Amino acid sequence: MKESVRFVVNGDPVEVLVEPGATLLECLRQDLGLTGSKQGCDKGDCGACTVLLDGRAVLACLVLARSVEGRRVTTVEGLAEAGRLHPLQEAFDTQGAAQCGFCTPGMLMSACALIEENDQPSRQDVREALSGNLCRCTGYTKILDAVVKAAGEVHQARAAPKGGGKP
Amino acid sequence: MLPLPPIRYLAPKRLRDALELLEQGGRGRTAPDGDGAQRRGPVLPIAGGTDLVPNLKHRLLDVELLVDLTRIEEPHLRGVREVAGHLHVGALTSLAAAAADPLLRQRHPTLAGAYRQIGSPQLRNMGTVGGNLCLDTRCTYFNQTAFWRAALGHCLKRKGTTCHVVPGARGCVAACSSDGAALLTALGAEARVEGVAGDRWIPVESLLQSEGRRHLALLPGELVTELRVPAAPPGRRAAYEKLRMREAIDFPVLSVAAVADLAPGGACRSLRVVVSALSARPRVVTGLGDLVEGRPLDDAALERVAAQAYRQCHPLANMTADPAWRRAMVPVLVRRALRRAMEAR
Repeated sequence: MKESVRFVVNGDPVEVLVEPGATLLECLRQDLGLTGSKQGCDKGDCGACTVLLDGRAVLACLVLARSVEGRRVTTVEGLAEAGRLHPLQEAFDTQGAAQCGFCTPGMLMSACALIEENDQPSRQDVREALSGNLCRCTGYTKILDAVVKAAGEVHQARAAPKGGGKP
Repeated sequence: MLPLPPIRYLAPKRLRDALELLEQGGRGRTAPDGDGAQRRGPVLPIAGGTDLVPNLKHRLLDVELLVDLTRIEEPHLRGVREVAGHLHVGALTSLAAAAADPLLRQRHPTLAGAYRQIGSPQLRNMGTVGGNLCLDTRCTYFNQTAFWRAALGHCLKRKGTTCHVVPGARGCVAACSSDGAALLTALGAEARVEGVAGDRWIPVESLLQSEGRRHLALLPGELVTELRVPAAPPGRRAAYEKLRMREAIDFPVLSVAAVADLAPGGACRSLRVVVSALSARPRVVTGLGDLVEGRPLDDAALERVAAQAYRQCHPLANMTADPAWRRAMVPVLVRRALRRAMEAR
């Protein structure tokens, strides 16, 4: 029997009827039409379904939809604001960090969690933050470049006297 | 796609309510449903879900009701605090929070470091210290889809009567894959176990059992709610070494925890070496007292300890990594752990 769950996704409050055994990933993709989060291994190995739950990177394929009652979920669809791409998305584009694109939403969310906490990460910090996200195309180098570049831009925007804070 | 089986879900706010649900499940009864109908079936606790959800998706367990522990409000289930010199770690503390906790990093940096090595950042944000300790045992013939297992023939741990690792074995040799379990055993930590009938503290070493199908000495309905790590004496040296196929994320295929206590002059007062990811229970290497106590932990002592561990540890074909290689790596990891422990100050 389906049960109601209420939470906030990308800033919007939603109420969804889900089976108790539905994962957050199934709820996002099938019930809310947010297909940016990808279903890869569906068992916590690949990171393609990474979303932010109350600001922390988690694997939506392992989270029960019912368990996010009252919590705040951010998916890749929530990164761009007012039609402007997030600096991470811009940098993935300009640095050529996406090839097939399947891992990209998860990579972006893991990177976003890192930058929110630390906008001056070392290359090693970025490697560790992305260590739960597999990419079969790029060899990771351009992804690392993109995250370092975006972090620099976010840091500058925050350090600027006006228009600081979240880009 | 790996759908979960049909389940019911409850998220009580009080520990007492969770324990009652688990106890009723343990006795083959579950709470009345909304419509008043009695349902029967196993009741399982869930917190981070990083072990349980994949296992349920693979149909490795039967479940009727999941009791989500993450809404429980009792404060002793969360965070790190000091009580009479010992550190208490709530079972619901996330692995990420434990790894970053200033008190844990100061008093038991090796334990905080071991938590930091578990899984990926996402898995550490989700997974809990209690769940890590209680991690189900793993085996290459068990952690597979239902289709895979049915094709080969079911094993002892689930529905079958034969062991594919040790032909003819009556016991299950699925392995402990918990980094916390190995190190907590070496540190002499205890676990608080709560049930409707009351609570008790038991050494982690006795909580973990050697049978892969019943690897936790818990009564039906009991939960591990917190850990107590005894204060480290001055002169404590500890290290944890882990062998895995991918450094970034994998479970260990072999791990070694070493905890040495040294006298002011450097002579060894006591040494505990625990080798894990062999079978269900971390193996405490025995007979080390005669080899090292009262003497410095120099290279010769390290060789004696490494040789002793090698004699006592016999990895099985329960993981994809070659058992002969894993055995050859036992003394290597013991030496590495002891060297690193002696360098850490």
